[in-house]
Amino acid sequence: MAESVKDIVLEYVKNEYLEEGDDREITYDTPIISGGIVDSFSMVSLKVFLETKYNISIPDAKASPEAFDSVNNIITLLKEFGVQ
Amino acid sequence: MAYSDEIRKVFAGQIADIKTQGLFKEERAICAPQSSEIEVEFPIGSSKKKVINMCANNYLGLSSHPDVVEAARKGLDHRGYGMSSVRFICGTQDIHKQLEEKLTEFLGTEDTILFPSCFDANAGVFEAVLTEEDVMIADRLVHASIVDGMRLAKAQQDTYKHSDMNHLEQKLQLHQNKRIRLIITDGSFSMDGDLAKLDKIVELAEKYNSMVFIDESHTSGFIGKTGRGTHEHCGVMGKIDIITTTLGKALGGASGGCVSGRKEIVEMCRQKGRPYLFSNTVAPVVVEGALKVLDLISKSTERRDKLEQNTIFWRKGLTEGGLIIKEGETPIVPVMLFNAKLSQDFSKDLYEEGIYAVGFFFPVVPKGQARIRTQLSAAHDMHHLEKALAAFLKVGKKYNILHKTKQEIIDMYGM
Repeated sequence: MAESVKDIVLEYVKNEYLEEGDDREITYDTPIISGGIVDSFSMVSLKVFLETKYNISIPDAKASPEAFDSVNNIITLLKEFGVQ
Repeated sequence: MAYSDEIRKVFAGQIADIKTQGLFKEERAICAPQSSEIEVEFPIGSSKKKVINMCANNYLGLSSHPDVVEAARKGLDHRGYGMSSVRFICGTQDIHKQLEEKLTEFLGTEDTILFPSCFDANAGVFEAVLTEEDVMIADRLVHASIVDGMRLAKAQQDTYKHSDMNHLEQKLQLHQNKRIRLIITDGSFSMDGDLAKLDKIVELAEKYNSMVFIDESHTSGFIGKTGRGTHEHCGVMGKIDIITTTLGKALGGASGGCVSGRKEIVEMCRQKGRPYLFSNTVAPVVVEGALKVLDLISKSTERRDKLEQNTIFWRKGLTEGGLIIKEGETPIVPVMLFNAKLSQDFSKDLYEEGIYAVGFFFPVVPKGQARIRTQLSAAHDMHHLEKALAAFLKVGKKYNILHKTKQEIIDMYGM
């Protein structure tokens, strides 16, 4: 069975932002930006990933720290671009 | 009145929030030239206290060096106080061109352009050089001015985990379809004091046909055998495409910065760099002072050698005394306390002991990584460092953190 978008994004966030040995748990609801796991500068990698992976273009106005603050929030954003 | 009571309340509320979060920053007034021993008023208006300064970027101790002060004074006499102009209208003197040539020679590059500060150099260079066809791939711990500069540029942004070469390689592979890939890193990271793995970065840049940018603000003048910087230390002089650095730290400590590197890139900055085009020229006194600094450090490595010895003594002393430091080889030595309040209390106690060193905590550093950042200088003599070390260990003992592990300290004080 193909991996869900939710799991793909979760997996990416873990690989991209947790350092080796960082055992913090990240779930679909974990606040990754307001919770201090990802800062607003590093967030750009997530935008690049989503745009490349799903062949979409997310305007800067939509790519707010709130919209990227959890996997669930990202899924809501992706739905606007027809990704689900 | 446009500034109504309601508007005043908006800002007062924001300032109150900053205070509530414990993030309010207060200035201390130093009533002396910058040096290893200074007189400080803290809070401003209180009585003056003589303290040893362990937190200046005055790495080579040249900020108040008599020869530099004398050169600046001559600059004042010969070329005046200010130019009242941007560079390209009527703000370029012969000495500005001389300083650009000297910096080119010192850094081992093709050409150099001065900016009012290195913040301005970083804020202007990416926008001047790159387009939407390009990508900037930055280490996640680069300085705030680089972050701002990247945000002003039209090129795509991406980041890699701090000093993680595998992650950088993945990003370079991902962006092979771009016209230009620019790898962006600090030479020395100002909060942790570690050096970029520049030899590895250059290797990857060559493998993936990419350019390399480094900010050498915390290395120029003292890293590398003759103090040229991280590129000298890592054996890659001549292979860095863009270097930015400051005259506001080791190189005299006044102000001013530059972009140095490939001549076409420097020319692009002259034509399109907005902080260069729309901001005042570097003052003549600063230019003359910086010329003298380059003259002094090109003739002798005595000061950078003394700084190196001071750094070795300080790192060894803290470690053997039982404090946890960030390992490395630069004169930026963070003493790790992990808890924000502990870092503030520790700093206050040090001040009582006559040592001036400031605590850093979130959001300046990540949560749970609060610290006191110490910085060595060639202006420190052994008696300064011995006194400072004794004070650090005395305060460390008071808080019972000597010879404790990170976990033990966190268990006592929390993250």
